[in-house]
Amino acid sequence: MASVAALLLLWELGARAGVVYELAFPAPTAIAAEVAALVGGIDFWRHLGATLARTSLGAVLGGAPALLAGLAMGWSSRVRAALDPIVAAIHPLPKIAVLPLLMVIFGIGETSKVIAIALGASFPILLNAAAGVRQISPLHFDVVRSYGGSRRKLFTRVVLPGALPFVLTGLRLSLNVALLISIAVELVASPTGLGRLIWLSWETLRVERLYAVLVVLSALGVAINLALGRLARRLAPWQPSIAA
Amino acid sequence: MRFDSADRGVRALDSVSFAATENEFLSVVGPSGCGKSTLLRILAGILEPTSGAVEFAARGSAERLRTALVFQEHGLLPWCTVLENVALGLELRGVPRADRERAAHAFVAAVGLERFTGAYPHELSVGMRQRVALARAFVSDAEILLLDEPFGALDAQTRAVLQQELMRIWRDHRHTVVHVTHDIEEAILLGDRVLVMSGRPGRILEILAVPLPRPREPRAMDRPEIRDLKWHVWQLLEREVRGSLGLAGSP
Repeated sequence: MASVAALLLLWELGARAGVVYELAFPAPTAIAAEVAALVGGIDFWRHLGATLARTSLGAVLGGAPALLAGLAMGWSSRVRAALDPIVAAIHPLPKIAVLPLLMVIFGIGETSKVIAIALGASFPILLNAAAGVRQISPLHFDVVRSYGGSRRKLFTRVVLPGALPFVLTGLRLSLNVALLISIAVELVASPTGLGRLIWLSWETLRVERLYAVLVVLSALGVAINLALGRLARRLAPWQPSIAA
Repeated sequence: MRFDSADRGVRALDSVSFAATENEFLSVVGPSGCGKSTLLRILAGILEPTSGAVEFAARGSAERLRTALVFQEHGLLPWCTVLENVALGLELRGVPRADRERAAHAFVAAVGLERFTGAYPHELSVGMRQRVALARAFVSDAEILLLDEPFGALDAQTRAVLQQELMRIWRDHRHTVVHVTHDIEEAILLGDRVLVMSGRPGRILEILAVPLPRPREPRAMDRPEIRDLKWHVWQLLEREVRGSLGLAGSP
């Protein structure tokens, strides 16, 4: 904390004294004032709402089926054998690169953007869920089997809780990717969203505003991580280490 | 029965045939890798024997008797509390929540862990975890308890205390028990009979009755006839262990 404060103070003094290049590095107080002005305007909330809406919609549409597919891949070697080649083929592709193709297929509206986000958000949670199931000790499956537990009980008592810490890590990465792709599609092809706001600020060279949007974005990231940490402590109280 | 491991191409058990009688405590002792655990997993219904079958005379061979398996360690589900772990056997057999929790509460108290009802396994010592595992097996409505080296991961003193605990619980809650161990003393101290197995592939070398009245004291191990029995079992096993190490016969 102290080092951050010291850095900000140096920056502020440097900007005021004209030592630092003020166009690229406006004074922190100027940025703070811009943040205040930004969140005071109605336009900002429209952009923020658009980003949050497509990020969460994409994360849910991509994440939910990916979670199920990942758990199934971890649990069943047959499902793994069937889906592994598809995953291996699509996963390495930078998802933002397919946006133009998606726009050809689905039009330039919201659909193509949400699909790009969903596609990107699906892989981290899929891969983590599959790995999460596979690292469960076979002994825990034996415990449930030895009492004649059904497949449903194997799922609810072993597969799901056993993979949960990995799933939560996957969820965190998926949300990160979802936000990343949201901003990226907004930079290139959207009339709304924080990415659009960044691009507008660049085109009009409003550097304070560029910084202000970045401040908002990092606050958003911190808030998401805090919420996920809280969720992890609630869902997986036996695993204090992952809450961090 | 016989069991061949498919993925390793190893015959783990060969011509193993024995019968346990109702409410008997049967100890199985053998060198490591002799297929003791495989035997228990077949009895528990987790593995199918390659040939042969498990018959439950009490029920006719068509239906399995209910079994409960206690593992050496890590047999508790880390994501379940002590109470949930003890109640797990009943839960998996479809007993309603209120009933199974009442039964589990009583048994958690019986093993002296009532202060830890809501704790998770990682908050307990290894010895406490094994008490929880034993409580789960006894509280489940199993007709046969299968103990797979239940004290193998414990230090000698904790093991001695838990052996007494097990004897006490078993006295109050009679069950048929098949108990696997590589500890000769433990097999004799706990068992009505001791089944001695050979090295891989596991065969039965001998089945010996333990001439000790119950309740048993650890001191009873010093009786001459028990010392002779211990020595006899060790001689049976020593040859097997030497064989598995590639060493010649008796020194």
